[in-house]
Amino acid sequence: MMGKLTLSAIPYNIPIVMGAVAGMIIAAVTVLGLVTYFRLWGYLWKNWLTSVDHKKIGVMYIILALVMLLRGFADALMMRSQQALASNGGAGYLPPEHFDQVFTAHGVIMIFFMAMPFIVGLMNFVVPLQLGARDVAFPYINNMAFWLTVVGALLINISLAIGNFARTGWLAYPPLSELHYSPGVGVDYYLWALQIAGVGTLMGGVNFITTILKMRAPGMTMMKMPIFCWTALCANILIVASFPILTATLGMLALDRYLGMHFFTNSGGGNPMMYINLIWTWGHPEVYILILPCFGVFSEVIATFSRKPLFGYKSMVYATACITVLAFVVWLHHFFTMGSGANVNAFFGIATMVIAIPTGAKIFNWLFTMFRGQVEFSVPVLWTIGFMVTFTIGGMTGVLMAVPPADFVLHNSLFLIAHFHNVIIGGVVFGCMAGMNYWFPKAFGFKLDERLGKASFWCWIVGFYIAFMPLYALGMMGMTRRMDRVDNPVWHVYLIVAAGGALIIAAGIGLQILQIVYSIWKRVELRDLTGDPWNARTLEWATSSPPADYNFARTPDGSSIDAYWEAKRKGTAHPNPAASYRPIHMPSNTGTGIIVSGFAMAMGFALVWHIWWLAVASFAAIPVLIINHSFNENRSFYVPGDVVARTEAAASR
Amino acid sequence: MSMHEGIVPEEHEAGTYDIVSAVRNYLIGFVLAAALTVGSFWVASSTGLVYQPGIPMALAAFAIAQMGVHLAFFLHITTGPDNINNVLALAFGVLIVGIVIVGSLWIMYHLNANMGVPGELMDLHMQP
Repeated sequence: MMGKLTLSAIPYNIPIVMGAVAGMIIAAVTVLGLVTYFRLWGYLWKNWLTSVDHKKIGVMYIILALVMLLRGFADALMMRSQQALASNGGAGYLPPEHFDQVFTAHGVIMIFFMAMPFIVGLMNFVVPLQLGARDVAFPYINNMAFWLTVVGALLINISLAIGNFARTGWLAYPPLSELHYSPGVGVDYYLWALQIAGVGTLMGGVNFITTILKMRAPGMTMMKMPIFCWTALCANILIVASFPILTATLGMLALDRYLGMHFFTNSGGGNPMMYINLIWTWGHPEVYILILPCFGVFSEVIATFSRKPLFGYKSMVYATACITVLAFVVWLHHFFTMGSGANVNAFFGIATMVIAIPTGAKIFNWLFTMFRGQVEFSVPVLWTIGFMVTFTIGGMTGVLMAVPPADFVLHNSLFLIAHFHNVIIGGVVFGCMAGMNYWFPKAFGFKLDERLGKASFWCWIVGFYIAFMPLYALGMMGMTRRMDRVDNPVWHVYLIVAAGGALIIAAGIGLQILQIVYSIWKRVELRDLTGDPWNARTLEWATSSPPADYNFARTPDGSSIDAYWEAKRKGTAHPNPAASYRPIHMPSNTGTGIIVSGFAMAMGFALVWHIWWLAVASFAAIPVLIINHSFNENRSFYVPGDVVARTEAAASR
Repeated sequence: MSMHEGIVPEEHEAGTYDIVSAVRNYLIGFVLAAALTVGSFWVASSTGLVYQPGIPMALAAFAIAQMGVHLAFFLHITTGPDNINNVLALAFGVLIVGIVIVGSLWIMYHLNANMGVPGELMDLHMQP
């Protein structure tokens, strides 16, 4: 009846895990209790959980990302403190099988459930507004995609309390991840969390490509789109091209584990190296999926705060498109050491170095945008300049590792760890923070506090360098990744310094939370009534903050790059709000997305624990619900013209 | 722009959709897809119809034909003038699939380049 699930699956004898579980339960009960006490369930269900409004879905994605940032960062602190304690003869406080789960969870959470939701959240909020559209192309699918991502995140957090998580590293390389070497439920949690969330990501990709190609404001040709939309388009093309590879690869691993097949086993004619090859044909595009929209954020921020058009708009577009294609011809550089020989390694090594050219062009474009501009050193600009310095260093260490002979020395060392944190923190995290500070006033109608934002930035960037520069040195000295203890006293001091850096980053995260809380408290002083607090250039600033459900009362004109800047210059940015309005056609909210995701959650959990009746029942329920929804005739409504007129009058008062 | 600006593109205007020819199209596609599936099982079940070493090639041919059927009948990729985006997407998809398949074959056939063992010995070693 309950498959493999018994009470002994709860790790009640491990105090660290139980402490974390208790913390999570207390937090969940507090939130749910407060929602119940203030009778907010109806409001939440109607206005947020079932909402198909891209702005609300974007905000929910970013809330998910911030919560998972805390979880992933807690893992990071545990690893740093364990290695600091267990590098001078001590044993530390984490046994190996727990340490292995921690580094696996850290990687999986930070990439799939922190970085991805943050990026998708920013795209959700910004892209339709920048295009002058009312919503995304498929609002209901957008809602379902979000909830499927939440299901993945929940499954991973459930693995903490019930059973355990994978001990394989974030990509679950076989043969270690095969049933023979990982007989527990950890890898199964990994598989189903990523499969379910991956379906959501793929649906989002289709949605955004359609939105960007089909729903641009009149006059907005492709070469007049804001650069963030271009980078979002390319990132979503990469999603649609690469995520099916991930699904197929993890699907084959699941077949190995569940049906005794031999795709990646050592025996029976399987080849584990095929998994490594396939997972990186997805994995390399994945890092560009994360970084390209961040390049878009930096482009918007730097143009706005330099009071200049972006330098080299066309070269920026071509560079982005180049990176999109090149993303698919470099994947072997993740496994130069697997043994393909000099010819293969040389091709992929050179292809990797070639990517530095379009990326370098982008760096120069941002520098020339700032050149002779009136740069205002606001919080988003600090993140952007911090990015340019940090990312360039990370890029150079990447080009260094693209040299196959050098990679043979540095492969799987802490040098690699330092490199990819250098580009992911310096690029993706900084980009997300810049974007959050930049678009927050558009989402909520008040700015985030500047002083706390700057303090947080300085903690992050200083903490980053102190935490990761020692890892470069350690990698050069030969320390490999994923070690729960080391016995080289020379490394000890570097690991202590790195742990100190992690604590400074922790202060940065704390200041960020404080920044949000303080800004909500001081929201009246920080209020922005203009809808355009930064004197910005693109269409999202042409409407009120926060925008009405329908975004724009009149479809805006998109016939120039920096369309809103142009309209302000001509004096046509804010036409008379007293005029009459046409009714606006809007999509209706639907609960199908969250209910389907609930069944997907039951299915994932049942598959992990081999509760077959539940797996079959919930799997069968999903298409029934989706087909049932397709018969729903009541899927859109019109906002009457006089309601629009009243809303606009209130917003412009 | 009409009142339908911002309308979700999945909704077709009523009346422009010819249900009979649509159903016929789907049925043709279904029959072709089913025939190709049955055909692959038939070829693979060693009936002796196809030269034995040629079976993988036959299966690959069936698989590619299957993709074509799905694209034409179910995903409605045509070469009409309103289909530029579809054709571009298809071209990009073919490019990526080509890169992934050719690249994977190239990589996997050279995996033993560093082993320092003659090819035949390595093949023997790699037997399942």
